[in-house]
Amino acid sequence: MIFTATFLTLCLKLLLIPAYRSTDFEVHRNWMAITHSLPLKQWYYENTSEWTLDYPPLFAYFEYLLSLIASCFDKKMLIVQNLNYASDETILFQRLSVIFTDLVFAYGTHKCCSSIQKSWRTDVVLPILLITNCGLIMVDHIHFQYNGILYGILLLSLAYAIQGRYLLSGFWFAVLLNMKHIYIYLAPAYFVFFLKNYCLNSKHSKFQIKNFIMLGSTVLAVFLATFLPFHNQLGQVFARLFPFKRGLCHAYWAPNFWALYNTLDKAAFFIMSKMGFLAKKSSVASMTGGLVQEFSHEVLPNVTPLVTMILTGVVMLPALIKLWSLNKHPSNFLRCIVLCALSSFLFGWHVHEKAILMAIIPLSILSIMDLSDAKTFILLGIVGHYSLFPLLFPSSLLFVQGLPVRRPQLFVSFVKLH
Amino acid sequence: MFCVKLSCEVWLVILGALVAVLLRACTTLHPYSGAGSPPMYGDYEAQRHWMEITTNLRPLEWYKNTTDNDLMYWGLDYPPLTAYHMYLTGKIGSFLNENWTKLHESRGFEGESHKIFMRYTVLAADIVMYIPALIFYFHAMGGQSPDPKTRPLSPSLATILGLLYPGIILIDHGHFQYNCISLGLLVLATSCLLLDMNLTAAIFFTSALNYKQMELYHALPFFMYMLSSCVPKPGQSLTSSLIKLAQIAITVMAVFAILWAPFNRDFFAVLRRLFPLDRGVFEDKVSNFWCVFNIFYKLKLKFGNYEMMRICLFATVSMVFPSSVDLFLRPSRKKFVLSLINSSLAFFLFSYQVHEKSILLVGVPVVLYFPQKPFVCFWFLCISVFSMLPLLYKDGLIIATIALMLFYVISFRVSIEHFYRSSLNASDGLAEYYRSLLHVLLDIEYKQATQIDILKLTYKQIVKNKETLKNLAFHVVLVTSLIGCLVLSFALLVFEPPERYPDLFPLLISAYSALHFFGFFLYFNVKQLQIPQEFDAIKNVKIKSS
Repeated sequence: MIFTATFLTLCLKLLLIPAYRSTDFEVHRNWMAITHSLPLKQWYYENTSEWTLDYPPLFAYFEYLLSLIASCFDKKMLIVQNLNYASDETILFQRLSVIFTDLVFAYGTHKCCSSIQKSWRTDVVLPILLITNCGLIMVDHIHFQYNGILYGILLLSLAYAIQGRYLLSGFWFAVLLNMKHIYIYLAPAYFVFFLKNYCLNSKHSKFQIKNFIMLGSTVLAVFLATFLPFHNQLGQVFARLFPFKRGLCHAYWAPNFWALYNTLDKAAFFIMSKMGFLAKKSSVASMTGGLVQEFSHEVLPNVTPLVTMILTGVVMLPALIKLWSLNKHPSNFLRCIVLCALSSFLFGWHVHEKAILMAIIPLSILSIMDLSDAKTFILLGIVGHYSLFPLLFPSSLLFVQGLPVRRPQLFVSFVKLH
Repeated sequence: MFCVKLSCEVWLVILGALVAVLLRACTTLHPYSGAGSPPMYGDYEAQRHWMEITTNLRPLEWYKNTTDNDLMYWGLDYPPLTAYHMYLTGKIGSFLNENWTKLHESRGFEGESHKIFMRYTVLAADIVMYIPALIFYFHAMGGQSPDPKTRPLSPSLATILGLLYPGIILIDHGHFQYNCISLGLLVLATSCLLLDMNLTAAIFFTSALNYKQMELYHALPFFMYMLSSCVPKPGQSLTSSLIKLAQIAITVMAVFAILWAPFNRDFFAVLRRLFPLDRGVFEDKVSNFWCVFNIFYKLKLKFGNYEMMRICLFATVSMVFPSSVDLFLRPSRKKFVLSLINSSLAFFLFSYQVHEKSILLVGVPVVLYFPQKPFVCFWFLCISVFSMLPLLYKDGLIIATIALMLFYVISFRVSIEHFYRSSLNASDGLAEYYRSLLHVLLDIEYKQATQIDILKLTYKQIVKNKETLKNLAFHVVLVTSLIGCLVLSFALLVFEPPERYPDLFPLLISAYSALHFFGFFLYFNVKQLQIPQEFDAIKNVKIKSS
């Protein structure tokens, strides 16, 4: 079933090659050009394009590997000065690179399915739910990003965690963190679960120092290997990785708490200026203008990154404490992962709407373990994927958008029949 | 909950239809024929030009060469129903943006929003006509499944595979045409005919014919079948059959009269537009008899167009003859679809002025025949897409072709596997099937005996398992043929043809597919002739009269 689902979606992805592309297409082309044509030392300093490299080094290495193959397609796409370059070969190569790195996702799915007790659900339902996840297809193959490989690694890590092979799981999670640091939101769940079940012996609550060192050194080794070439410019790298100047919300507001907060602020400002409380003319802040920038609230207090961090931490805390008290059944761990992803999505700083996939994908695994989770999954799946629609604004994609969303519904009702 | 009441099969069909629409919607993202290539552009511009003509001129001028209607530039050469359809969509289009259909000025209009509009008109036509028609056909035919040994593919699987047939998706949503309407009407007509609703069938088929004159490829089987149903059978009076015949004739004529009402004065002028003789026996490279014959013997130098047309007519009539006469003399429901295939294939192979796209007219009846002989039909449908490859290559639809073919082949494999699993009761499906084929051969190896004994045993085994071996041989041939297609496609895409023969690969492709089509023509003819006459029509009458 995995093979069939993989190849059928592969055909769909091939069909989507000429579809609309967002600026992320240019972003990744630019990164490929940077890594290919500049020495390592300049990767995080280069700023010819406005889309500077802001993923961790491991992803930069990945782009470098891609650029080696890209030079067989069209050498011109590897020139940093060629801004917005999109020849047919470039499009073909970039699209194909996403399609083929998606095979990692298929492998991750296979690992996940084989680590759960074998049944009809793991053989058929889970592969379909994961591989035909329409959010991932929309974000990767229309909007253009490399989430397939990243979520593939996440699934791999989750699969090892489910099997109880914590070292491997930790290793892959560290690799993932070094490819895209947004997954740090899931780290608290990993930390608590590993500390409880790997570093503390469940029977005697005795601290297993050997396990702790092994895990710690594995994770550290991955980080060292990634960041070592950049050891004398860490400040610059981190300034690129965590651009707090980008503002509370993304250009398109992610459907989270801050969107409500902004709306409330706007409404309050509107009402108060009508009633004459606000005499001074404010610079009308355009929060959805498209450009990513800082802005200030009019009525409500301004939000700083620290506030969002604390708030996210506070919201996560109950789930983490609960996870500490529960046994090491994988469903507890997965549920905590979903909750961590959701709390960071709701309260995080500069959240993209794509980040909802971080909750939906682990929840798909959870949904086949437990019926009540399956119900949540249907709801979150539909709403979450619906929230991705603004990413694909051209009307030529109207049909493409509308149809896949109904698919999870269908699959799930299909599942219930059996 | 009400959705639980729907059976698994229904869910499968709904899912299949949604996937089919999704694939169509994704194909619309690809380029259309003649995109950005003035001065003549392609079929996309032809359809847009017809919208321009029909919305701006009076019906009387549609088919006439006037100062406002230059027939040399994509003049309207389809029957009135197409014109009305273009009028309707043109009106909607001009409501959305009047620049799309402005007389003269809109010539060669291209734009992203216009492309979306045009694509959506096809998608709407497909969703309204072709997809429901196919679902209806397989639903209506689904009931009859006799003994389990020759059990056909289940209707739901056949529907899905029919909807996924890449040929029609690529031509309608990629290349840009409205075949889904005429072919949808054909499918509706066929289902009505097989449900003994002759008059409805006549209306649908006449409409199809009035949408696209190419539907003449299917006219003979309809005519013969309806005529034979009017021949008085034992126990029927002559008058009742004459009334039946008159009813059909009046229906057909009424449909024609309504649709042709605005043009009745210059009927023959329109007819001349619909059947242009001066276009030559074939355009580009077509996988039919004349194109292959032309390699050895340059037809266009030897014969004038008129002469050639008569030769083609004679050849076509003599090739359609066996299947049509058989259908008339020994009518049977089971052979009707086969005779549709035979008639349209004969027209495709031997008639005058054939386009490579006309293979769709054969493809759709083959889709309808799919449940009976899945493997042969699958083979035919693959070859039919392959025969259009040079055209698709020219349109820039190669990626779409690869994706859709891959999707189709995988779906076919999965469906067949599912089918064998349920029919053979084996857990392994297709693998089990192939193992049972190989078992025959392996069984011989195990016997340790003298040489003569081995030969005897082998012979015995072969005789005993003749059917299985025949199957094995068939599968080997099928795979070899498809690999041949792959090799030729690869050559077309990758290699530069030698300078002396710039058309080498398209010609090779059309010859290769034509060879297959001859084989299929013989096969389907034999299949049709093997089916005996159906007597239950007479039985019913006797029961009624007694």
